[in-house]
Amino acid sequence: MFLKYSNSGDDSFPTTDHLPRSGDAILNVSRRSFLLGSSAFVIGITLGSHVLAQEKESPVNPLADVKGGDAAPTLWVSIENNGTVKITCHRSEMGQQVWTSMAQIVADELDADWDKVEIVQAIGHPMYGDQNTDGSRSVRYNFHRLRVAGAAMRSMLEQAAATQWGIDARDCRAELGYVKRSGSSKRMSYGELAKQAGAMPIPAESSICLKDRGEWRYIGQPVPSLTTPKITRGQGIFGIDVDRPGMVHAVVARPPQVFGKTGEFNDKKTLAIAGVLQTVRLPDSIAPALFKPLGGIAVVASDTWSAIQGREALEVEWQDGPNAAYNSASYRKSLEKTALEPGTVQLNRGDAIASLNAATRKITAEYYAPHLAQTPMEPPCATAEWNGDKLECWACVQDPQNTRNTLVGILGLNPENVTVHATWLGGAFGRKSKSDFVVEAAIISREIGKPVKVTWTRDDDIRHGYYHSVSAQHFEGALDDNGRCSAFLHRTVFPTIMSTFAPGANQPAPLELGLGATDNPFDVPNLRLETGKAEAHLRIGWLRSVSNIYHAFGQQSFAAELAHAAGRDQKDFLLELIGPARIVDPTKEGAADYANYDASLEEYPIETGKLANVTRIAAEMAKWGRTLPKGHGLGIAVHRSFLTYVATVVEVAVSEDGSLTIPGVWLAADAGTVVNPRHARAQLEGGTLYGLSNALYGEITASNGAVDQANFPGWRVMRMNEAPREFSVKIVDSNAPPAGIGEPATPPAAPALANAIFAATGLRIRSLPILGTSGDRLSLTNNQGA
Amino acid sequence: MSITLKINGKKHSVNATEGTPLLWVLRDHLKMTGTKYGCGVAQCGACTVRVNGRPVRSCIIPFNTLAAAEITTIEGMEGKETDAVRSAWEEDDVPQCGYCQSGQIISAVTLLESNRQPEDGDIDTAMSGNICRCNSYMSIRRAIKKAAKTL
Repeated sequence: MFLKYSNSGDDSFPTTDHLPRSGDAILNVSRRSFLLGSSAFVIGITLGSHVLAQEKESPVNPLADVKGGDAAPTLWVSIENNGTVKITCHRSEMGQQVWTSMAQIVADELDADWDKVEIVQAIGHPMYGDQNTDGSRSVRYNFHRLRVAGAAMRSMLEQAAATQWGIDARDCRAELGYVKRSGSSKRMSYGELAKQAGAMPIPAESSICLKDRGEWRYIGQPVPSLTTPKITRGQGIFGIDVDRPGMVHAVVARPPQVFGKTGEFNDKKTLAIAGVLQTVRLPDSIAPALFKPLGGIAVVASDTWSAIQGREALEVEWQDGPNAAYNSASYRKSLEKTALEPGTVQLNRGDAIASLNAATRKITAEYYAPHLAQTPMEPPCATAEWNGDKLECWACVQDPQNTRNTLVGILGLNPENVTVHATWLGGAFGRKSKSDFVVEAAIISREIGKPVKVTWTRDDDIRHGYYHSVSAQHFEGALDDNGRCSAFLHRTVFPTIMSTFAPGANQPAPLELGLGATDNPFDVPNLRLETGKAEAHLRIGWLRSVSNIYHAFGQQSFAAELAHAAGRDQKDFLLELIGPARIVDPTKEGAADYANYDASLEEYPIETGKLANVTRIAAEMAKWGRTLPKGHGLGIAVHRSFLTYVATVVEVAVSEDGSLTIPGVWLAADAGTVVNPRHARAQLEGGTLYGLSNALYGEITASNGAVDQANFPGWRVMRMNEAPREFSVKIVDSNAPPAGIGEPATPPAAPALANAIFAATGLRIRSLPILGTSGDRLSLTNNQGA
Repeated sequence: MSITLKINGKKHSVNATEGTPLLWVLRDHLKMTGTKYGCGVAQCGACTVRVNGRPVRSCIIPFNTLAAAEITTIEGMEGKETDAVRSAWEEDDVPQCGYCQSGQIISAVTLLESNRQPEDGDIDTAMSGNICRCNSYMSIRRAIKKAAKTL
């Protein structure tokens, strides 16, 4: 998701004094002004030998503060003499195709020849503004400023040509890598003009003419990925692929419990293993968890396998910490008990309690969803190398700038001495926002005086993560005599992400509630949201779409329960709940800190018309209402998250013995302006399957504070044979500003699936996972209460 | 112990501890990083390579058992089926993060070598050992069918 420290102006790691507090933690810190004070659009950092624009003594940069941040073309683009256009990507490439989308935006306004475009991956540095590749917002945050940067560079190229030709720049036009002289066949390539263009003043935004939408060459087109040709040949460097001269390898034995301690240890057998070089004791971790390593013993070896073997041979006495009593079964009972008790009111319209008490029909339901682990295919992995007091790291991190700040804070370093390179990320899903693994590498490397790569094995990844929160929810709904919902009560209880940053935090943060709870779109006269307290005993983190997962599961499943109770079609009843097209404003009903994904409600309002529209489209795509084969059922769910509206219809087929398959999924999305429809489709499909996988199989549990699961298939994930057989996607044409794509398909997947299972079998799924770790059969005799 | 391995048609002398899985010999000793670590227990398929033409999980096969074998990694995959798969993968941008795709491609090529008209069930059988956490399964299925049509 999108944690950003609310530190007040410097770049140091937050001490407890300016830790994020509940409510203000997940902020979009406005860009630091230090760029303005220095000549810091230091292009040399990322560029090759032939760069377009050299830094001037005191450059005038009128584009330092355009919407989205610094749009100085020299920060984002360099053109080499041979015409190669190098575009700096400051976001992390983790499969969402951000290399391609960022390049499309710049190259469009630059009118570059796509075949000449190359990507330079930025280091973590504040000069780029926000680099937190999280929250489905790379395009949204950077769309305008990268267009401006590309257009400014185009204008400078035209100026350079005009100067050469001794004519007015208005008679020069840039097109596909050349500047052409009007009324003449004369042209000069961008490469020929590069050096001179770099000497041109950067134009002010007011003098920059952005293309009209109809003139876009790359934006909105299914431009091929810049990464695929490398991937199909086994090229491209992920975090785990980094190699440095003299590098050694390490794995770490960590305490099984969060804040457990390392007691006595014996490494005699470890050191006897061929290839093992030494062991390093890491400092115990104390609350708050932050992004600190968990402690334990590192085993350093000449190769990864020897390090793993050495760890196997290690004898360590782990000491209990404050989370030793954490057991998932009993914890679930306590969460569910809290969810049954009146809680803190977070949103209020009308008088839901009175209405529910007076209702002729009242429906109640309890929902539960377990911890989940992100498990990207590439586990966390980092390489660190010291040169005197300078530290250089290469790692698969979602926010190299935050990684740098984390290293600076924990190791007490001067930021100027820390360089963090983001490699490709072999998936991330929120796990790689947390840089604990990079800190481990830095500490171990400092200790042993050699470059070291720390590899997390899959067991490490699953046992020592930052987990998606476990949750219990209670719903009550009243139906009036006409079968309409007259009151809706939602109570949500879960350990908060804030607990990772502030010891003792035990109330949901407004930001988490803004993910599917305070932004409730239902057109009911009486609406109430309550929360309860819950203590955290694992490191709680964020996972693709975060709290939206359980909130959409509960809300959209319960809406279907109300439809069933009212004897109505699920889709028709859902549309009635959404109601007429209007703007929903949670801040007017008590959710004062509603964050709206860091966007203004003016620019990105909550529009029920869009919710209803995608719902109707998805239903039409699925031919909702058609006659289905025996054992089949259709379910629908709709949810707005990351400013995008997604409706999903799932068809299930359940045989008489309970075997479950998914013949089809139909999805409609309104994501505003979409930069690359091909890659958006991939995200919408993948995000849906990620949600289906979680709902069907995903469960992380703990016993005596330690996570029980360790590898596939104890932690089960979707495979090809379990994936839907057909998947149709429709992306609504829109001129609205760009919204999120990577996450919004995940939340509606689980309730659409659960609603389909109900339609097929009468089995109402109120507890996840649906199948768990073994088998493909629903327990139809153990009905959870249809 | 020292063993000579034949990988992608070239001989490599490798000195590693007996029992070291081929995966780590490829990655750490020979710096061939196209083959990925995903689980270490032959559950995810990220480490898939070919030994004498058959797909194997390199994370569990000791390198010292492969002295006489022809080993092929993603870097050395070639032939008409490989070309067809690479083209289909690139035309549709099958990979998302790409981390599992070396294994996915090797499994897909192996399927198409023995079956030019794979049905959905054949694709399930051939590909269910390769986990993709980006869940690019829909794209993989479409691309295998597309590649099959070009063969």
